[in-house]
Amino acid sequence: MNAQTKEHIIKAMDKNIRFDGRKNDEFRPITIQYGASSTAEGSTRVQFGDCEVIAGVKLGMGKPFDDRPKEGVLMVNAEMLPLSNPKYEGGQPGNDAIELSRVIDRGVRESHMIDNEKLCIKEGEKVWMVSVDISPINSDGELFDIAAFATVAAIKDAVYPEIVDDKVDYHKKTNTHLPIQRVPVSITIYKFGNNYVVDPSEREIGAADARLTLAFTEEDEIVAMQKGGETPFDINEVDTIIALAKKKSRELRALLK
Amino acid sequence: MSSNKKRHSGRSVEETRPISARVGVVKNADGSAEFKIGNTTAIAAVYGPRELFPKFMQDPSKGVLRVNYNMMPFSGDGERVRPGPSRRSKEISQVTKLALLPFLDLTKFPNAVVDIFIELSETDAGSRCAGICAASMALAHAGIEMKDLVGAVSCGHVDGQVMVDLDGEEEHTPNVHVADIPIAMAPRLGKISLMQCDGFVTSEQLKEAIQKVKPAIEKIVEVQKQALKDYFKGELK
Repeated sequence: MNAQTKEHIIKAMDKNIRFDGRKNDEFRPITIQYGASSTAEGSTRVQFGDCEVIAGVKLGMGKPFDDRPKEGVLMVNAEMLPLSNPKYEGGQPGNDAIELSRVIDRGVRESHMIDNEKLCIKEGEKVWMVSVDISPINSDGELFDIAAFATVAAIKDAVYPEIVDDKVDYHKKTNTHLPIQRVPVSITIYKFGNNYVVDPSEREIGAADARLTLAFTEEDEIVAMQKGGETPFDINEVDTIIALAKKKSRELRALLK
Repeated sequence: MSSNKKRHSGRSVEETRPISARVGVVKNADGSAEFKIGNTTAIAAVYGPRELFPKFMQDPSKGVLRVNYNMMPFSGDGERVRPGPSRRSKEISQVTKLALLPFLDLTKFPNAVVDIFIELSETDAGSRCAGICAASMALAHAGIEMKDLVGAVSCGHVDGQVMVDLDGEEEHTPNVHVADIPIAMAPRLGKISLMQCDGFVTSEQLKEAIQKVKPAIEKIVEVQKQALKDYFKGELK
């Protein structure tokens, strides 16, 4: 982004004005559709304004890791589909896609959202493997929060398939949901000049100096964090960022069923 | 199976599954569409004409068409599908390109490329045909010159009977011969641009399949046209 556009965006944000009429701390309009893919065990299609993703959960049976014989396996993967934005190229996932996957994974894993021991079918031999895949349909601006939101909603939506003769029968679904202990909600605060902004759009995001992603539990505990961007934070501004993120996480949480 | 026997879904042998179509689902793209037939959903986005790199791939006489078919990892009817290209997805990308290319005029875009990305969010058989239907609408939405819309549907041959648009359960009918014949057609021109077949079929049965599939594709193209009209009506408002 050129310096003039960046200056323009930040000057407007100094007055709490953005391209689409939002205040600095406002999300784009959010919609969520459950059961977006009939082949997934759980799925959601989520929109934050023009940004849209599908998250799908697949359950499979597999062998547990040797050092955790009683625990199921969780995997979160996001792809930057070239369908969703002309700047994405196909091929192996780049650093951005891997960072996105890992930040979302961290929130789900470290909050112990799913009770991993209850995913054990037979100790040391057979456990449920939970794979969440995030596929953007239209990638516009901020992706961390929408992808994390779609992920936890899809995990909440998921039900086990039936086991017939020791094999998964994907055509038969049970009514049993996954063993969910708590639900992490991730919020990313972007720093533009001296402003703290949520959910930047594609037109804005290139002007951001830094970002901090925080995942909160229902009790407002922080379970995962990731700083991004080239500008460091002042020690005393971190408190301001956490306070804003906490407030916004409650807003997003209220939208989960 | 007797000729009057209904299918497990209650459909007649000439009947497709319920179809819905939407245009403009990917705002970043130059053209896009979503095509749903039963529980198979394809989303297609067209980017271009845009500059093609590396340069040696350019064609100075006309634009190049590239197609990429991909299943989202949760869209398979069984286990998770590993992300990234597979032998299957590469073949489908290739036949999809050939299904669309004859009806496009890319002569106005020398050295450029038109990219089509097709993503499947759920599949229950017939995913390459759904992908072609979505891509054809996305090309029209992008304003690429076309001689006709392309519609596609599979025609199956299950236990001695020809039927249109097999679903997953029919495709995997146990203990009988099943042939699956995906066909793409530009119905106004009366041209066929995709023909594949897995399974046993006689030449008479193949003839019957093509006859049965034509009215189904004509119906699909009507749905595609209506979705395009609805989209542009919305744009005018």
